Amino acid sequence: MTVLLTTPSPSLPPPSNSVGIVGWLRKNLFSSLLNSILTCVGLYIVYRIVPPALNWALFQADWVGTSKEACTSDGACWVFVGVRIKQFLFGFYPSSEYWRVVTSFSLVGVLVAWLLIESTPKKGIVAAFTIFCYPIIAYFLFYGGAFGLPVVETYKWGGLMLTLILATIGMFCALPIGIVLALGRRSSMPIAKSFSVIFIEFWRGVPLITVLFMSSVMLPIFMPEDLQIDKLLRALIGIIFFQSAYMAEVVRGGLQAIPKGQYEAAEALGLSYWKSMVFVILPQALKLVIPGIVNTFIALFKDTTLVLIIGLFDLLAVVQAAFADPKWLGFSVEGYVFVASVYWVSCFSMSRYSQHLEKKLHTGHAR
Amino acid sequence: MSNVSKKQHWWNNAQHRSLFFQLILVGLVVGFFWFIGSNTMANLEKRGISTGFGFLSMKSGFGILQSLIPYSESSTFGRTFVVGLLNTLLISVLGIFFATIIGFTMGVARLSSNWLVSRLAAVYIETFRNIPLLLQMFFWYFAVLRALPGPRQSWSAGDVAFLNIRGLYLPRPIFGDGFLMVVIAFLAGVLLTELLRRWAKRRQDQTGQQFTLLPVASGLLVGLPLLVFFLLGSPLTWDIPALKGFNFRGGMTIIPELTALLTAISIYTGTFIAEAVRSGILAVNPGQTEAASALGLHRSKVLKLVVIPQALRVIIPQLTSQYLNLVKNSSLATAIGYPDLVAVFAGTTLNQTGQAIEIIAMTMGVYLFISLTISGFMNWYNKKMMMVER
Repeated sequence: MTVLLTTPSPSLPPPSNSVGIVGWLRKNLFSSLLNSILTCVGLYIVYRIVPPALNWALFQADWVGTSKEACTSDGACWVFVGVRIKQFLFGFYPSSEYWRVVTSFSLVGVLVAWLLIESTPKKGIVAAFTIFCYPIIAYFLFYGGAFGLPVVETYKWGGLMLTLILATIGMFCALPIGIVLALGRRSSMPIAKSFSVIFIEFWRGVPLITVLFMSSVMLPIFMPEDLQIDKLLRALIGIIFFQSAYMAEVVRGGLQAIPKGQYEAAEALGLSYWKSMVFVILPQALKLVIPGIVNTFIALFKDTTLVLIIGLFDLLAVVQAAFADPKWLGFSVEGYVFVASVYWVSCFSMSRYSQHLEKKLHTGHAR
Repeated sequence: MSNVSKKQHWWNNAQHRSLFFQLILVGLVVGFFWFIGSNTMANLEKRGISTGFGFLSMKSGFGILQSLIPYSESSTFGRTFVVGLLNTLLISVLGIFFATIIGFTMGVARLSSNWLVSRLAAVYIETFRNIPLLLQMFFWYFAVLRALPGPRQSWSAGDVAFLNIRGLYLPRPIFGDGFLMVVIAFLAGVLLTELLRRWAKRRQDQTGQQFTLLPVASGLLVGLPLLVFFLLGSPLTWDIPALKGFNFRGGMTIIPELTALLTAISIYTGTFIAEAVRSGILAVNPGQTEAASALGLHRSKVLKLVVIPQALRVIIPQLTSQYLNLVKNSSLATAIGYPDLVAVFAGTTLNQTGQAIEIIAMTMGVYLFISLTISGFMNWYNKKMMMVER
């Protein structure tokens, strides 16, 4: 008997082992023999690392207490970090003046957030305030000596506060120098160009440690005898020189990415060199290199740990010094994990932000 | 018309202007160096610090933890410099070797189709590149290696290698009389392989016939030296460390400072190399792979002839700059007491002689020389590898 089908038969569902969880597992974890072996090895690694680490850091850890005796379990002793947290954050800054540090950082936090969030008004005024007024306010808040604020000498500064100060000042002073150097390197004036090239290649060719050694040992020899330069300032000068060379290379990348037509158009409008740079080229170039600038900032932020070698007490140095306390011997892992997580959270979020910017700014010249 | 005839002021001439600016610049720079120079002279005289490189031939009077050449307290500061330099080079070479292995493995693993493997690689990369290198070094040195047991409770691997708080003890090879012949056999194998490869390429160009190089090459590179080795009666013995009294004797000792530094620097730089490798592979347009497959190339040939050469063009510049960073970062050794150039020369020697200018200049000069040499090589390589565009 013949059956005539006038409608197509319904399509069969996909095989049950190629959809759903089973399908996902087959595709992503067990697609071949080699992959299956790798998956098993990976699972074993996860099994050996993750549960013990979580147990140590969270479930079996001691959180509250005031002395070593509070730590009775096998896990981490976060009491150590809790007891010393003020020192880790502020170094030896007098505790009655902590509010000055907090105010200063909160203010810059608000200002930066204002500039970064897209929908806020009056960005120009806020930016000008941040660049020109904030440094003066911050100086008097941190150092004091005016408006009835007692002076806090820089050798008392330390901990996370010092780390942030080094990184941000290093960055903001290095940016303008870097821009000038980048322009110099692309300039048609042979002497200006060669000076820029020598400066950039010199600082990029030597490790930061030698730069810090140089600024701490040699600056006093280079300067007039009666001029005493503060230890922190010496480190900062070294960091700024070092960082500006890296910044110059980042900015140069942006300048090179601007199509030649932009330079020619600016010239055709009759703009002078500086006008064409400030109004036409740099706004576009700097926009392009914001992710690069953030990345060098991350590198600088991590590199500030090196100042402990010349005897400044940044976050790592303060924690390292705390290990020597006879009342708290044997908690180095907790201390390192604390410092590592501070750095990790900051660097990771900054690098995510820079990736986000890269995607957002990937307009215009990308063809 | 009237404007044209008007005489142009000399300061409106672009050439004059640039000359003027550059003269000011030169003046500023010269003035700056003159300022520094005169201050330095005055300061040095006042402090009674001697100048010149005479100190290099003076007796140093301090020992160094690890030295690749004979060195004692009666050696000169010049020799201290060489010892430090060799230690820096040692950690650089070892670091580059391990970081490259870790980096390539992790970079490829991050692109793996296996979800778990790529996640694990991503976790490794994101964790270790966001933590300062110095902190990682401290962690390995103070928290891990300092917590190891003493010599009597050492961890051992098959009773030939031992790890304890004093260091890592490995068997030391002792080369017998005939070992030179084995090396010669290996070099001959390399030479023969290269000749064979050229012959195979020429034959393929002329006749289209392919030659499977791998079995013959492995025979030449591995089999030939092994054959010579056994024919000569195994001229290689091992000096195995053994516990004598309170410490290990014999074998090869790797100081904990080196172990910590090497672990930290390889793991840290490995993350950046992994990212370089990943970006290089991703930079190859998928159309290239598809086109190569469409030409009928086998999967391994697609990788070897199409993907890898193009990926390397992106990877190698980044790789070199990571190598440079590694060499520069090896100077952090001074923080945990590994006797590298900065530690023994810019540290101890400077403290003993006080001749800051000469010592810092020599130290920086070494790093500058390394950097400029490598970046010079890089520029040459980039020119050579640059895509020939039509």
